[in-house]
Amino acid sequence: MVRGPVPGVARAYGRDMARTSSSPRFPSSPRTPFSPAFWRSPLRGPWFTSVLGVVLLGGITVLFVTGLLSYAAYNPNLSPVNDKTPDKGILGFYLFSWPTDPHWLYRLNQGVHVTLGITLIPVLLAKLWSVVPKLFTLPPARSLAHALERLSLVLLVGGGLFEFVTGVLNVQLDYVFPGSFYPLHFYGAWVFFAAFVVHAVLKTPMALRNLRQLREEKSDLVSPDPVEPTVSRRGALGLVGGGSLLLFATTAGQNVDGPLRRTALLAPHGGAEPGTGPGGFQINKTAAYAGIDAAETSEEAWRLVIAGRAGTVRLSRTDLLQLPLHSAALPIACVEGWSTSDQWWRGVRLRDLAALVGYDDPPDVLVESLQRRGAFRRAALRANQVADPRSLLALFVNGEDLTPDHGHPARVIVPAAPGVLNTKWVARMTFGGDL
Amino acid sequence: MRRPRPRLAVGSPLQLLLLACSFALAAYAGVRLLAGDWFGVALWIVGAALLHDLVLLPLYAVLDRALVKAAGRRREWPLYVRVPAVLSLLLLLVWFPLISGRVAERYPSATGLSADGFLTRWLLLTAALFGGSALLLVLRLRRATKDRPPAAH
Repeated sequence: MVRGPVPGVARAYGRDMARTSSSPRFPSSPRTPFSPAFWRSPLRGPWFTSVLGVVLLGGITVLFVTGLLSYAAYNPNLSPVNDKTPDKGILGFYLFSWPTDPHWLYRLNQGVHVTLGITLIPVLLAKLWSVVPKLFTLPPARSLAHALERLSLVLLVGGGLFEFVTGVLNVQLDYVFPGSFYPLHFYGAWVFFAAFVVHAVLKTPMALRNLRQLREEKSDLVSPDPVEPTVSRRGALGLVGGGSLLLFATTAGQNVDGPLRRTALLAPHGGAEPGTGPGGFQINKTAAYAGIDAAETSEEAWRLVIAGRAGTVRLSRTDLLQLPLHSAALPIACVEGWSTSDQWWRGVRLRDLAALVGYDDPPDVLVESLQRRGAFRRAALRANQVADPRSLLALFVNGEDLTPDHGHPARVIVPAAPGVLNTKWVARMTFGGDL
Repeated sequence: MRRPRPRLAVGSPLQLLLLACSFALAAYAGVRLLAGDWFGVALWIVGAALLHDLVLLPLYAVLDRALVKAAGRRREWPLYVRVPAVLSLLLLLVWFPLISGRVAERYPSATGLSADGFLTRWLLLTAALFGGSALLLVLRLRRATKDRPPAAH
């Protein structure tokens, strides 16, 4: 956008440059936050707020949509074990069978959700800074509609911060928030979004007008008594953008293997890989963390139980190796917004296992892990996921046996599914019937 | 002539309708959001807004004002502190649990990665940001000295 010098700045520069903090124009006004002259930054104004507002309008819309898609990716309607929000009611109106194509769908969706969320933090903070004088507007409400709008802003600001804070804490495994992440972040998102939509409808026309206009509108955001600027509005926006760029550059790398992961300097899954060799790629939960006992996974002890309408089959790992083995190159993609590049998995097709217990047309499956505690130690997969020829009960990764941390003796790997649905240390699979 | 009776200001009916829809949806989701630890969740939502508006924002505004004051007549100097400070504090704010070591027990046991190094990397980034900024300031001051025309009387 081509624009002359910011008018507010030019105006302030034109003033008496020697004037310091005490203003001759407002000699005796008590400087409380409720008086407009308390707010003295020459940066505040409709143009500045509008630029940030329009960025957030686009950004938060993408966050909301990718968030809803991530929720759908868990197939919460399939089985209670997948559903952390059983009382969702109409909020699950849009749910659909999560596809397996393209195989990087969840990786992209969740990478965008988390990386964009982190990138938007400076914009959110700057936007809140730019409108803070409005918090202290007097009279508190001019009309009923205005009073309700201000009440709605509590949900907008509080709800927005709640979503960002819970998200940022969850990806760092800092579970201090009051409850389980899934319901808090999901219902919180709807509360926030309800306020966000109304705010967007009420303010977007004005914001777009402000951006088109070359002349500064009169606005209560503009300080009546600004101090000398030390930076232009464009400069301030540049700093906000620079902050976003820095956060993006030090986060995005946690979605690719190899040297690029090292660029995610402070992100939870940036930096080094856990170990070297074929199994040296990112881990969500280690075997030790999940409480997996090595005695249970040994060749002698471990048996896979497969149940279906034709009865129950018990297979050792050696038995599984006698079945036709297939390969698939698939990533691990976590809800926390990190992922690996495609790994080369090898194992038995889920649909072949379904056929063993009497299903030539693959049904849904309930997969149970040796894991004793923790969410998603049991997970359900839908028939379309079972039927995909790339969906495997993997025994090998990158040409070697699975490592304990990647689910030895056997793990599920399904294209485009969230990481936690790719159950590790599989003990039992129940095809068909009630999940 | 009768004066019009003062009316209670209501505002735009369209706006009221829109807000009513918004509150209905927020209430539907809110009931579910508050179904568990309702006090904790309410505290987090209201607390987040209050903490931001009444603590975080005044804090950095006061720090910035102090910075400008300290710089005095060298009006371009605050920029060279402000930019690296903002970027460094932003990284600290976002990655505080990892940098502070709050999750130093859970993180390595869950991910198999080392929890060390976040603080070091943040400090190095901070040093690089301030160092780069100082370098730019020095270059700028040298250029200003070179370009200054000889004093004319």
